[in-house]
Amino acid sequence: MRHIISILMENESGALARVANLFTARGYNIESLTVAPTEDLSLSRMTLVTSGSDEIIEQITKQLNKLVDVVKLVDLTEGGHIEREMMLIKLRAERTQREEIKRLVDIFRGKIIDVTDTSYTVELTGAASKLNAFIEAVNEELIIEVVRTGPSGIGRGPKGLSL
Amino acid sequence: MELSGGEIIVQCLRDEGVEHVFGYPGGAVLHIYDALFKQKELKHILVRHEQAAGHAADGYARATGKPGVVLVTSGPGATNVVTGVATAFMDSIPMVVLTGQVPTPVIGSDAFQEVDTVGITRPCVKHNFLVKRLEDLADTIKKAFYIATTGRPGPVVIDIPKDITDPGIKIPYHYPNKVKMRSYNPVVKGHLGQIKKAVKILMEAERPVFYTGGGVVLDDAAKPLTDLVDTLGFPITQTLMGLGAYPGSGKHFLGMLGMHGTYEANMAMHETDVLIAVGARFDDRVTGHVKQFCPDATIIHVDIDPSSISKNVRVDVPIVGPVKQVLKDMLKVVNDGDKKPQQQALKKWWKQIDKWRAMDCMKYDKKSELIKPQQAVEVLHKVTKGDAYVTSDVGQHQMFAAQFYRFDKPRRWINSGGLGTMGFGLPAAIGVQMAHPKADVAVVTGESSIQMCIQELATCLQYDLPIKIILLNNGYMGMVRQWQEFFYDSRYSQSGMSVTPDFVKLTESYGHIGMRVEKSEDLEGAMKEAFSHKDRLVFLDVVVDPSENVYPMIAAGKGHHEMYLSPGSELV
Ligand SMILES: Cc1ncc(C[n+]2csc(CCOP(=O)(O)OP(=O)(O)O)c2C)c(N)n1
Ligand SMILES: [Mg+2]
Repeated sequence: MRHIISILMENESGALARVANLFTARGYNIESLTVAPTEDLSLSRMTLVTSGSDEIIEQITKQLNKLVDVVKLVDLTEGGHIEREMMLIKLRAERTQREEIKRLVDIFRGKIIDVTDTSYTVELTGAASKLNAFIEAVNEELIIEVVRTGPSGIGRGPKGLSL
Repeated sequence: MELSGGEIIVQCLRDEGVEHVFGYPGGAVLHIYDALFKQKELKHILVRHEQAAGHAADGYARATGKPGVVLVTSGPGATNVVTGVATAFMDSIPMVVLTGQVPTPVIGSDAFQEVDTVGITRPCVKHNFLVKRLEDLADTIKKAFYIATTGRPGPVVIDIPKDITDPGIKIPYHYPNKVKMRSYNPVVKGHLGQIKKAVKILMEAERPVFYTGGGVVLDDAAKPLTDLVDTLGFPITQTLMGLGAYPGSGKHFLGMLGMHGTYEANMAMHETDVLIAVGARFDDRVTGHVKQFCPDATIIHVDIDPSSISKNVRVDVPIVGPVKQVLKDMLKVVNDGDKKPQQQALKKWWKQIDKWRAMDCMKYDKKSELIKPQQAVEVLHKVTKGDAYVTSDVGQHQMFAAQFYRFDKPRRWINSGGLGTMGFGLPAAIGVQMAHPKADVAVVTGESSIQMCIQELATCLQYDLPIKIILLNNGYMGMVRQWQEFFYDSRYSQSGMSVTPDFVKLTESYGHIGMRVEKSEDLEGAMKEAFSHKDRLVFLDVVVDPSENVYPMIAAGKGHHEMYLSPGSELV
């Protein structure tokens, strides 16, 4: 099953490498990983998407917790949560295709953020599955470039992951 | 007090209570070596290869429970020590390793003797640090010792750029008494509810077994373990790393378990209904095929490391905590409760165990003219009255030492169980003898292993270390040869080791005493003579039967109940 693990860790050089290393060394699969500082500059927040059986996910969270730089973590998929990812996608948009692409972008509530005679660049935000659906919906031959941030997520309700 | 970085390192180590540093100098650590030169309290032991510095500090730590300390230079100094660090990591040995690094301004420029030490060691340390500011140095050292010695212990590397130790730059010195790290909080107490639940299960058990490992030794929990086992009257088996925690001559001891464990230990594992694992990690050499591991058992697992629990084998009652405290609490719950163990069932269980014991699975030919390696270890046990510190290398000799020395005390058996590092034995013995100058320290080794760190004979001379090297010389990488005999139709591909130096002469040229013994009847006399040289290193080259194999043996991928017991025997 797919899991989104959210990690608070010391904003130290090497902390990211420790996490990446753990996944390769133990053969865990890693689908995406995003990391950025938080409002507390001594902490960074990492969101990691992985998949595996319950046993493997249990090991992953235990091994992550064992890393000295990891302060706290939560498996967001264990409870209600919101997932968001942003995609920038550049599409071939010749005269005949322009209307249809525009319509599709509207349906997905995306934005066209750059335009040339022959192309549109679209910004789209949502759960990873929505971005996948958009890619499915456009004609494959029109896709010039896809840039995705990888999902980040946050738990539902008033409580937050903090120290 | 204003100190330079080099002086701060030395002062921190002294404030931390360190007495010995094992190391080797070089460009990036010259400032530190200069600071060492100017004081007397901290003793530096100069090895002949940085790998040996790692193993010596490791041996010191295993024998004492105190963290071992290493100091090496950047680049090749750091890469040479990696085997030592990985060896300690796999066996959870507390160690602090200081490596020199090129000056901060040139890091990343492929400077002379620059290597990414933090990157190279990351997968084989508990944690590592690169010190970027002189102001962080003392704090980092404190943290390193704290991390290395608490929770599940392990090696910590501190990489120190040369400019940080510049004698021209001094800052006020302060060594923190304590550290608190929001990201590192090892568990200090096992959950009482879980402990009570475990005790209830133990009291209902009909065929219980204790399976204990290196964690008991590391946490100095031999006494509560022994008390608990003897109070309950349950059988106990120990892993290669756990030997000596419960006495080898104790009546409840079934011998070691696993690939070369005893028949009774492995059979008890296979038939048990309640397994209590303490400070052991269900390693593949112990479990054999995991699908066939303890098929009928409810499993209780006590361990300080949550990630050890249910890693390889599903556990029913996990107890995360320091094993010493948990065992003490368990004993208290047992003693305070009104339930008693199932006496009738236990009687039956012991009867069954005695039947297995009667197979006498460790028998060997005692009339052989060629010296049998098992006999050599038994004679070593006799001559040292079972009270020596025994280090070993890796191979058949290691298994024979583990099986036949019958360790009665913890921290006496010192070997590389997890990484299986040939070359560990001699340098580890240096650390042990340094810690216990008066004790008998023996290295049980093979002619292949000993050559991997043989240069350390010079270190032993320099520091007057009266180590006794017992070489079980079979002219082969015996353990490799055994596998080739069993599983490759005796095609002995590259496992012959008949071309060796004359170890007697070699030892003499290093300034020690060399001896050779070739006949069984001369063995005991030679061993006694070797140990009679109280203040000299003696290297005893024991020429043993080259065809001897280690039994019992569970073939890789088989269950505990499928063992080879003797040459040519079928699986039983
Ligand atoms: C550094 C290292 N290289 C290779 C091995 C693989 N290995 C395990 S046992 C062994 C043979 C050891 O031979 P020896 O020291 O003579 O011991 P014996 O088995 O003959 O008692 C080898 C090569 C190892 N464990 N460590
Ligand atoms: Mg050999």
